[in-house]
Amino acid sequence: MDFANYDPAGANRSREIISAKIVIAGGFGVGKTTLVGAISEIQPLTTEALMTAAGVGIDDPSKVPGKETTTVAMDFGRITMAEDLILYLFGTPGQTRFWFMWDEIIRGAVGAAVLVDTRRITDAFAPLDYFENRNLPYVVALNRFDDAPQYELEEVREALAISPDVPLVMCDARRRESVKQVLVTVVEHAMLRLQAEHGFAAPVG
Amino acid sequence: MEPRRDPRGALVRPYAVTRGRTEPLQNIALEAVLSCTPTQSAEARFAGHDKYRIASVCEGRAQSLAEIAAYTRMPLGVTRVLVADMVAEGLLTLHTAAPATGFAARMNLLGRVLSGLREL
Ligand SMILES: Nc1nc2c(ncn2[C@@H]2O[C@H](COP(=O)(O)OP(=O)(O)OP(=O)(O)O)[C@@H](O)[C@H]2O)c(=O)[nH]1
Ligand SMILES: [Mg+2]
Repeated sequence: MDFANYDPAGANRSREIISAKIVIAGGFGVGKTTLVGAISEIQPLTTEALMTAAGVGIDDPSKVPGKETTTVAMDFGRITMAEDLILYLFGTPGQTRFWFMWDEIIRGAVGAAVLVDTRRITDAFAPLDYFENRNLPYVVALNRFDDAPQYELEEVREALAISPDVPLVMCDARRRESVKQVLVTVVEHAMLRLQAEHGFAAPVG
Repeated sequence: MEPRRDPRGALVRPYAVTRGRTEPLQNIALEAVLSCTPTQSAEARFAGHDKYRIASVCEGRAQSLAEIAAYTRMPLGVTRVLVADMVAEGLLTLHTAAPATGFAARMNLLGRVLSGLREL
């Protein structure tokens, strides 16, 4: 420990900073970046990962002459909760063919919200399949677009065959309060799951 | 969205700055946070342009690996190799990502995140 550099303003604390991550998943254009931007303290940032064409299912690499790698962008936001606690929100790349990027993004996450656009409900099949086969707690959030058909939550649950123990909520990805509620639902669900795994009975309701 | 480019242009091969190494010394999580004291930053001046840029990004405000990549506009894999080197060289301090094991530690973290969200 280097006390010579001790900085009471906090910038140089040797104290551990814990970071947690929640994943915002969903198909192309469902509002992931909008949701992150509605609550993040920074403008959503983008980072890029390079990957080889072979790894991402580009069927015919000759169609992109001289290009052996392709770039996958993911965006994310940040909420500094305390001097020693930061929550990051990571959006998955819209194209669900970049599965291996999803694996990297969800690793270590506390949970995920899968966004669904009710105008294109079948786009949610692939993301939901993905999470059903992972051990990560997730909730499903219906992002209500203005011109979207108005379904009842239970209709959507049935149409998407969402298991009864997966929370399903309505949201408006542009509204901070609504986004906050989605994230609260993710964390509460993660807590219940963790308790259940450790033999605590889930409360009724 | 228009992809961001390395400011040095497309002519720079992505892993040139790591001298061709693509495997990091340790696989740092996207959300793992790194910090840099003024002393570390001063030392990083002698570690080359890219490492100094990384140190500058983390000085004064701890940043995740993903933020470092975004702010330096370097691809994630390249950034991870450089950041892992800098941790090994003592130029950056790596903080812990969320605990993956231990009921009490995990519950405690979830509880803190939950109250953090409710206070927003
Ligand atoms: N009416 C309405 N429009 C929305 C809502 N959420 C997002 N939008 C709009 O939908 C469009 C797509 O939203 P994005 O947040 O870019 O979606 P995305 O999931 O990040 O898209 P990709 O990253 O390309 O997959 C944007 O024009 C948003 O302004 C919403 O809740 N209601
Ligand atoms: Mg987006």
